[in-house]
Amino acid sequence: MLKKRIIPCLDVHNGRTVKGVNFVNLRDAGDPVELGALYAKSGADELVYLDITATHEGRKTFKHLVDRIAEHIDIPFTVGGGISDVPSVNELLQAGADKVGVNSAAVRNPQLVDDLALAFGSQCIVVAIDARLTENGWKVYTHGGRNETEKELFSWAKEMENRGAGEILFTSMDHDGTKNGFAIEALSKMSKELTIPIIASGGAGNTEHFTEVFSKTDVSAALAASIFHFKEIEIPQLKEDLKKHNIPVR
Amino acid sequence: MKVAILKYNAGNTQSVIYALKRIGIEPLLTNTPEEIRSADKVIFPGVGEASTTMEHLRETGLDKIIPTLKQPVIGICLGLQLMCRHSEENDTAGLGIFDVEVRKFQLEEGFKIPHMGWNTLQVTDNPLLKGLPSDPHAYFVHSYYAEISPFTIGESNYINRFSAALHRDNFYAVQFHPEKSAETGATILKNFIEL
Repeated sequence: MLKKRIIPCLDVHNGRTVKGVNFVNLRDAGDPVELGALYAKSGADELVYLDITATHEGRKTFKHLVDRIAEHIDIPFTVGGGISDVPSVNELLQAGADKVGVNSAAVRNPQLVDDLALAFGSQCIVVAIDARLTENGWKVYTHGGRNETEKELFSWAKEMENRGAGEILFTSMDHDGTKNGFAIEALSKMSKELTIPIIASGGAGNTEHFTEVFSKTDVSAALAASIFHFKEIEIPQLKEDLKKHNIPVR
Repeated sequence: MKVAILKYNAGNTQSVIYALKRIGIEPLLTNTPEEIRSADKVIFPGVGEASTTMEHLRETGLDKIIPTLKQPVIGICLGLQLMCRHSEENDTAGLGIFDVEVRKFQLEEGFKIPHMGWNTLQVTDNPLLKGLPSDPHAYFVHSYYAEISPFTIGESNYINRFSAALHRDNFYAVQFHPEKSAETGATILKNFIEL
């Protein structure tokens, strides 16, 4: 039986792991390779590394880091952050990344997703979507949640699937950092409407939140960052809890 | 021990190289017939679409070399599918090492395609799959699968049963990614090296 995946997300700034709470207030949470290896050993099913560096130098550091991650980590990992063209995706995949995540660039140029799927296969293309519930329904945001767009969440997710995304990583900005649980309703709707795997992100604060998202929605994976980095939830304990609730995990 | 990884346009080559280094093997990435033939072990990685990948194999002449190899050979993921007779992915003729058809998963309620993530392996008594934990899991990413056949030495279940591992004579193949399957994957790679 296919298992539900638990994915720690590591935000990387100048080669170090940090975590933004509500997209601001960065706190240092250690070396990305060491931390990733620790997660892999403790039963993480996959890792996401998000480069939040904006400078050219920082980008080079990140590429070097991807190579080191591939060398040391024996589970799949996705890299993302500021990826906007086919050549940079190629570089990251060649360095050993299993998947790449695109976010703002896909909103700016949706054709990019078609191009990436054609060039590298849908299996390695993760489209990350940040969204928030507004007066006009769920709206997609770009640039780390700073810019509101005209795009409606569910039709945008479907468009991304149609253009060749292999997975959708959906972060509810309303829930991210709150530790009050995932955006169950939106995740339930999205995971019913799409035929590709959905990764739930934003809001995990305790193990019950993971049980809830896996029992009430059809998401394939759940992602969290700070609660893992600061050991508020340990992955082996989380998996034991999920097993007790008959959620299939490795 | 000389381990050759077939060099062509496959996407996951770097990960396979690193996985071998983690178990103490320095592989050789090559498309030279002499180097491939003289290797002790040959690894045939693969990620991507079937017909374009077969095209790359033809361009490099690897399509002629692979089926005639005498040493242990292992295909990974798309490598497995292309070692079969035929794939439904763009109606692609494979290398025919395994007389097996590769089919597309048919979407069912409650399932997603691709089959992506960790799934259980049911293994037979085969040297490639010895010494695994009692409930072994491996990492899969694929939308097409090899049918269950007399060559099946390991199976998995997603929408339907399918071949997770195949074996015939000196040829082995796995649908999952041992290079990304933590300790279980490392054990399988070690088993292959020790064949």
